Amino acid sequence: MNKDPYLDMELLRFSTAGSVDDGKSTLIGRMLYDSKSIFEDQYEAIEKTSRKKGDEQVNLALLTDGLRAEREQGITIDVAYRYFATPKRKFIIADTPGHIQYTRNMVTGASTSNLSIILVDARKGIIEQTYRHTFISSLLGIPHVVFCINKMDLVDYDETIFYQIKKDIEAFSSKLNVRDIHFIPISALNGDNVVNKSTKMDWYQGGTLLYLLENIHIGSDHNHIDCRFPVQYVIRPQSTEFPDYRGYAGRIAGGVFKPGDEIAALPSGFTSKIKSIDTADGELKEAFAPQSVTITLEDEIDISRGDMIVRINNQPKVSQDLDIMVCWMSDKPLIKGGKYALIHTTNEARCIIKEVKYKVNINTLHREESDHNIGMNDIGRISIRTTKPLFFDSYQKNRNTGSLILIDEGTHETVGACMIID
Amino acid sequence: MQAYNLSHLSELESEAIYVLREVAAQFENPVLLFSGGKDSITCAHLARKAFWPAKIPFTFMHVDTGHNFPETIEFRDYYLNKLGVNLIVSSVQDCINQGLVIEEKGFNASRNALQTVALLKGVEENKFDAAIGGARRDEEKARAKERFFSHRDDFGQWDPKNQRPELWNIFNGKKNLGESFRIFPISNWTEMDIWQYILKEKIELPSLYFSHERECFIREGVVMSTGEHVPQRPEEATAKMSVRFRTIGDMTCTGAVYSDADSLEKIIEEVASTRVTERGTRSDDKRSEAAMEDRKKQGYF
Repeated sequence: MNKDPYLDMELLRFSTAGSVDDGKSTLIGRMLYDSKSIFEDQYEAIEKTSRKKGDEQVNLALLTDGLRAEREQGITIDVAYRYFATPKRKFIIADTPGHIQYTRNMVTGASTSNLSIILVDARKGIIEQTYRHTFISSLLGIPHVVFCINKMDLVDYDETIFYQIKKDIEAFSSKLNVRDIHFIPISALNGDNVVNKSTKMDWYQGGTLLYLLENIHIGSDHNHIDCRFPVQYVIRPQSTEFPDYRGYAGRIAGGVFKPGDEIAALPSGFTSKIKSIDTADGELKEAFAPQSVTITLEDEIDISRGDMIVRINNQPKVSQDLDIMVCWMSDKPLIKGGKYALIHTTNEARCIIKEVKYKVNINTLHREESDHNIGMNDIGRISIRTTKPLFFDSYQKNRNTGSLILIDEGTHETVGACMIID
Repeated sequence: MQAYNLSHLSELESEAIYVLREVAAQFENPVLLFSGGKDSITCAHLARKAFWPAKIPFTFMHVDTGHNFPETIEFRDYYLNKLGVNLIVSSVQDCINQGLVIEEKGFNASRNALQTVALLKGVEENKFDAAIGGARRDEEKARAKERFFSHRDDFGQWDPKNQRPELWNIFNGKKNLGESFRIFPISNWTEMDIWQYILKEKIELPSLYFSHERECFIREGVVMSTGEHVPQRPEEATAKMSVRFRTIGDMTCTGAVYSDADSLEKIIEEVASTRVTERGTRSDDKRSEAAMEDRKKQGYF
C-alpha cells in the first residue's frame, strides 16, 4: 500500500477569539487561503459576493460567515467549525464570535480546544475584551494560548509597539492559570507571519502562526495519570455466539487502563479485575483518554450507565456538595435556591443552588462579592447540592470529570457550563 | 507521553462511537438515516463497531426520492442485509401520490426539497425521537454551525440562532414531547478523513464512487449521467465518458467528475489535489447562497 502522508496525523483543536473588527475572520480566511485549504468554488462564491458589496479586495471573512443573517449584518452569530490540514496536522477551528453572546459562545468553543488564539489590535493594545478572552481561556483550562498582535501593517511594523503589548499582557496573565503562552506579530490582511514569514519584521525571530500550530506539543494535554472510566452503555448481545457477554462501553476520561488492573466500581464500591478491553478490531493491551472502548470484568457485579470504573488506589472525590465556577448561558438568570437538572460525565442528577459566592467582573477580573445576580454571559462562583453523590475531580486536574452542565427542567435548555473547583 | 497519542482518524472514530453510544443510551427510538452514500455507510460501519459484539440498536431509514442511481439501491439492499438491520423506506413518490407535496417541473426539476417532507413523515409515523445522519460540518457553510445533537421543535425545524450550547463532550438530549433530535456523529470529519477511514477500514462502497465508463452529457458545465429520471434537451449530446461520483444524491442533481481513479488509493490522491468542494457538483446547493440553510430550517438534515 502507498505510504499516505495524511494517514497518521495528530489532531489539534483550537479556538479563536477577538473583538469586533479585530480581523479574526480575516485571519482564519488567510490561514485557509495560504495553506491552500480553500476550494475554487468557495473562492469564486466569496469573490462574487465581495464584488457585489463593492469591496476592494476579496473579503476572506466571508468564508466563515455561514448564516444568512451573518452575511447580511457582516457579523458572526454562532460558533462555526472549520477544518484544514497540512501534511503535519489536521486542524479543527472553533470560530467564536466576538460580540453577541460572546461569553457563551467562547466558552462553548473553548471547552473542546487544546489551544486558543487571542487577537489584539496593535493600534489599540490591551482592551477589556483582551482580559475577558484571556480569563475565559484560563478558566476553561486551555493548555496553550497564542496572542496574535494583529494589524502590524497599520503601525509600520513597529517592534516597540509589539513588545509593549507583550509586556502588558504578561503582567496580567501571570495572575491567571495559563500554562503555555506565545506572542506573534501578524498582519492577517497581508498575510505577514500567518502562514508565510513576514519580510517586514526582521526583528521577530519566532515562527509563524501556522508553524506554531503544526509543532506545539499536545501529547500531554489529556490526563494519563488518574484512571476514570464513566460507563456509558452496557453491551449485552444475548446471542448464541456471545450468550453471557457483558461489556461496559465508554470513553476513557483519564488515565491508562490495562487488563488485570484492580478496579472499583462507583458508587457501589464493589471491586474486581479488568478481564479484557474490547473493540470491534480486537482486544487492546492498554487504553487511554480519549479512546472509546468496552471493558469486561472478571466478576459479575452490578454496573450501569452513570457509574464509574476507577483504580482501587486512585479514586475521585465523592460528594453531594460541590463548589463550582459557572458560566451562565440563558436569558433567564440563575435562581438562588432554584433546582436544575445536571449532567456530569454519563451521570444525571438534580441539584439545588445553595449559594452564590461572587460574580467575576470579566473585564477587570475583579471578584464582586456583593453581586449575586448571575445572568446571561456572567461567570460566578456558586455552591450546589446534588440529589445523589457525584464522582469527580477538580476541573484543573481533569477536564472530563471536572465539568458538568446545568439544564432548565422546564425547557430542557442547557443553561450553565460548570467547572468544578472542589 | 508520546505513546499515548491517537492519530486523527482514531480520535475521530472514538468521538463518533461515543456519540452513537450516547444516542442509544439517551433516546428510546433512534433511527439511522441511510442513503447508500459514503457518509451514511461510514456511520453504519461506526455503529457496528460501537455496539460490537451486540447488534446495532437502531432502525435504518432510507428517504427514497425515487430518483436514485440503480447502483445505490442495489448496494443499499446488499449492505444492510449483511449488517442484519431493519430498513424502513420513506418514499417521496408516496408523498407526491398522497398530494402532500407538488413536484417541481422543468429540466432542472429536483426532488431534493421534497425529501424533507418524506423525512419528517417517516420520523413522525414511526415515532422516532432521534435521527442519525452522516452530515459533516466541512460540507457546507450552514452545516458548519451544526451541533452533534441538533434540537428540532415539533415541526422538525432548526433554529440556527438559538441552538443549545454544546460543551465538552456532554450531550444534552433532553426534550419535550413531540420534539426530536438530529444527530451527526461524523460532524468533525472532512471528505479526506472519510476516504482515509474507508481505506483503513476496508469499507465497501457502491461502484459509482470508482471510475467507470458511463453515458453522460454536459449541462451548464456539470457532467450529468443519462437515465430514466433525467430529462435531456435535444441539444445536450450524449457521449461515453470515464467518470466517477464524489457524492451520491439524486440522478437529477448529482454531477459526475472526469476521473481515472478506480481504487481508494487513487481517489485519495485525487481528493488531495482537487480544487473544488464535493458539493460543487451538486446543483441543489447552487440555487442560492443560503440554499442549505433554508432547507435545514424546514427540517432537512
